[in-house]
Amino acid sequence: MIRMENVHKAFGDNHVLNGMNLEIAKGTSMVIIGGSGTGKSVALKSILGLIQPDSGEIYVDGKPSGSGDRDKFLARFGMLFQGGALFDSLPVWQNVAFRLLRGALKRPVEEARGIAIEKLRRVGLRANVADLFPSELSGGMQKRVGLARAIAAEPEIIFFDEPTTGLDPIMSGVINDLIREIVVEMGATAMTITHDMTSVRAIADNVAMLHGGVIQWTGPVAEMDHSGDPYVEQFIHGRAEGPIEAVR
Amino acid sequence: MNPLALLARLGRTALASLAAVGRAALFALSAFSHMVRPPYYPREFLQALLNVGWLSLPVVGLTAIFTGGALALQIYAGGARFNAEAVVPQIVAIGMVRELGPVLVGLMIAARVTSSIAAEIATMKVTEQIDALVTLSTHPMKYLVAPRVLAALITVPVLVGTGDIIGIMGGYTVAVQNLGFNAAAYLKNTVDFLEPLDIISSLVKGAAFGTIAAMMGCYYGMQSGRGAQGVGRATKGSVESAAVLILAANFVLTGVFFSL
Repeated sequence: MIRMENVHKAFGDNHVLNGMNLEIAKGTSMVIIGGSGTGKSVALKSILGLIQPDSGEIYVDGKPSGSGDRDKFLARFGMLFQGGALFDSLPVWQNVAFRLLRGALKRPVEEARGIAIEKLRRVGLRANVADLFPSELSGGMQKRVGLARAIAAEPEIIFFDEPTTGLDPIMSGVINDLIREIVVEMGATAMTITHDMTSVRAIADNVAMLHGGVIQWTGPVAEMDHSGDPYVEQFIHGRAEGPIEAVR
Repeated sequence: MNPLALLARLGRTALASLAAVGRAALFALSAFSHMVRPPYYPREFLQALLNVGWLSLPVVGLTAIFTGGALALQIYAGGARFNAEAVVPQIVAIGMVRELGPVLVGLMIAARVTSSIAAEIATMKVTEQIDALVTLSTHPMKYLVAPRVLAALITVPVLVGTGDIIGIMGGYTVAVQNLGFNAAAYLKNTVDFLEPLDIISSLVKGAAFGTIAAMMGCYYGMQSGRGAQGVGRATKGSVESAAVLILAANFVLTGVFFSL
């Protein structure tokens, strides 16, 4: 469903992606692992068109990602950002229902509010949170609201950018379980980027290891522990020694 | 320093400056094109009208009243040197309407509105809210930039008109209370002396300065670098650029209106 072919992206002299190839099948959950600054977010943002690759092709359902109606293309995606990226000036329910209050998916205000409250409940938040502002929520609640916003319009493809960063282990577990449940329930295609190995094991059907701007290894999560790939071995065991330089 | 190296550095600086001007001009063109093409965001526009217009009234009013009062004192003291104290109403009126009203309101808007727009949009960029907007099928130029620029284009002339009146009333108060002018004669002299072109030029300057102020806030916000330092730089750059461009535009517009 999503295919990246020989994608290159550099920022000045920093070559972040050096011919990345990746394929994510429809309805599966792919988790991309890799160290900080290895281009995981760049890969994800390239698929959405937030960053233009220097070269290479990205296809979604066989069509180049930049082709056709951009709004229709983006309407197929939902995204949970690392810091939540909630709009400070809007109350929680308007953040969740943002897409339902304007544009092609616009619904009447009461209906949009109802959907927002239902999605908030789905991620374990009470209806009284709906009228609060993002600054009044804890980090874990903000992540849940971000998750509710990502699924509000029932997208076919959902991206999760470091979904558990900054959360305590219990809240991380809650978010991981929610992501897994929602992805299975909606039958969505999911792509997650994370360093958190607990998340990987909870969320992934398949795993890809990004290092040096290319995918070093990819395979089912069940094979990750026996991949035989030195990069994956070092990363999942958190060793300082190995092919990945500890100081980057 | 090697003359060639100096020349190269000057060339690079000149090219970088031209590139920056080009980027800002393209940004402005894009903002105007998004202003006239749907979808429109009336809620964001009304919010911007409130922020740029209504909430700027106190600072504009205070600036204008003190400036008008000080202007009356200065003209009275200066005019006394050649027995021309009687021209206070006329000079206060023309000074406020043609020059000080638009320029001071423009600069106050640059301080209050440009900085706030730049800081808000830059923070949104740093916290990935702009990316989130895009993923939610909402164009940041339409949702963030167009409503703010349009609101400034409409409200700043109104603020300038209000500032002109308050400034003249500041001069009037000082002249009548402290300098012994006759109240009715002061107002008559003011009204008789002003011409329609004076008022038109004031309002046109207001529209131009408002557009510049909002545009610079949006431009620097959208171009912001990472982190708190990026937001700080964007805010500082936006206010500096807006202030300089407002003064430059004032010079050009004054030339256009009164030197032909």
